Amino acid sequence: MELDSKGLGRTPLYGRHVEAGARMVPFAGYLMPVQYSGIIGEHLQTREKVGLFDTCHMGEFLIRGPAAEADVDRLVTCRVDDMSVGQCRYGFLTNTSGGIIDDLIVFKMSTEEYMLVVNAGTREKDAGWISRHLSTGTSFCDVSDGTAKIDLQGPDSMKILSEIPGFDAGDTIKRFHFTFVEIEGVRVLLSRTGYTGEVGYELFCPSREAVRLWDLLLGFEEVKPIGLGARDTLRLEAGYPLYGHDICEDRSPIEAGLERFVYFDKNFMGCESLRRQRDDGCRQEMTAFVCEGRRSAREQFSVSAGGRAVGTVTSAGFSPCLKRGIGLCYVDKEFASKGQEISLSGAGLKIPAVVEQTPVYKKRAG
Amino acid sequence: MRVPKDLKYTKTHEWIRVKGKEAVVGITEYAQSELGDITFIELPVVNDDLAQLGRMAVIESVKAASDIYAPVSGKVIAANEALQNHPEKINESPYGDGWIARIEMKDQSEIHDLMDADAYEAHLEELD
Repeated sequence: MELDSKGLGRTPLYGRHVEAGARMVPFAGYLMPVQYSGIIGEHLQTREKVGLFDTCHMGEFLIRGPAAEADVDRLVTCRVDDMSVGQCRYGFLTNTSGGIIDDLIVFKMSTEEYMLVVNAGTREKDAGWISRHLSTGTSFCDVSDGTAKIDLQGPDSMKILSEIPGFDAGDTIKRFHFTFVEIEGVRVLLSRTGYTGEVGYELFCPSREAVRLWDLLLGFEEVKPIGLGARDTLRLEAGYPLYGHDICEDRSPIEAGLERFVYFDKNFMGCESLRRQRDDGCRQEMTAFVCEGRRSAREQFSVSAGGRAVGTVTSAGFSPCLKRGIGLCYVDKEFASKGQEISLSGAGLKIPAVVEQTPVYKKRAG
Repeated sequence: MRVPKDLKYTKTHEWIRVKGKEAVVGITEYAQSELGDITFIELPVVNDDLAQLGRMAVIESVKAASDIYAPVSGKVIAANEALQNHPEKINESPYGDGWIARIEMKDQSEIHDLMDADAYEAHLEELD
């Protein structure tokens, strides 16, 4: 990883972002584009057409060996033993108390090889945790620096891919599945995954090919580059948690309302604690909210209902689709139902809001 | 960055267009560019008294909230209500349709405390 004078990393696409006039900001130790032309425009572009995201900063680990499957199954909350080659699953790395170390996607490459895709900011922590808990014959390889990732997201994403000369993905890839394709001689792992709530793909390729792939996709007039600012507003509208804000080591997948990504019928790190929480219930739950108007709440604002403090805002922002403030918060269980009126306070403001189901925006049909 | 010659400016990137005893105020093109997409504005209230460089409005963009300061003291005669539903006008036309308020000035001499276009441009150069 190239480091600049401030010790900030640069992805292989850094030069392209600067040339495009992007506003660059530090994020998880990298200089990343927060916006090119404007967050709202980039957000709507992705919802309505197609957008291209630099996500090279994220981490990729390869775990190999005859015991790799059993090792991974013991470390992540999602079920691994019934995955097929070419399938991927969302789940959590949990500690012995069931607290979330990271959220990640597990890719089954073969019966003896798994790829884990993790957040940039937690990559080192995850690598340490995972490699400490593998069987003797299982190898761990952090391939993040040599692996580039580019997300292509939006209703027109498949149409764009199909227009690439020579591109052939066979049948349409199903959600949470992946395949290898050749794009201009570059071997690309193409997965039907994403963080925007729209149909979309993640493209993994060797770092040295990243610029070529980026240029090829931006060569389509309809495709626009999208920054981290819009990546955040998109995931917030979809109701997806952001590690370090909505989920962290002090929260469990059950409190976060994400127990559907926990397979309770296996033994894995923290499973006893999580089974107890499932059986006894949690005091608080994570929910989405929509504010009364355009005014946004901010992270760490207090949530009140029934005349008392009942929780905290963990993510907040503006929804370009709803033109209202939205966010995620943890509240005492009895106030976590859709339609519950709440009040968000902080920084001298008091913002009325309502608990909603996710996604908070209206998805396009089809 | 456009810096119209007929306006006066504050160090905090507000502009003022004087017409007799009245003034129209807003934020500069530089300010809207720094803020990014504006999502909400808390406008001044008509008949409120403003003090020079006191808080006049609050603007929210996707990532942050910013205080906007009155370039001169005076009484608010009008606030640009169109911005309630279309705050993006501030980004699109910061010196035109994105005007924020009209003020009846209390003390015309306060205008001399402000920068002219050349001084503001020099100020912008120092910032980068």
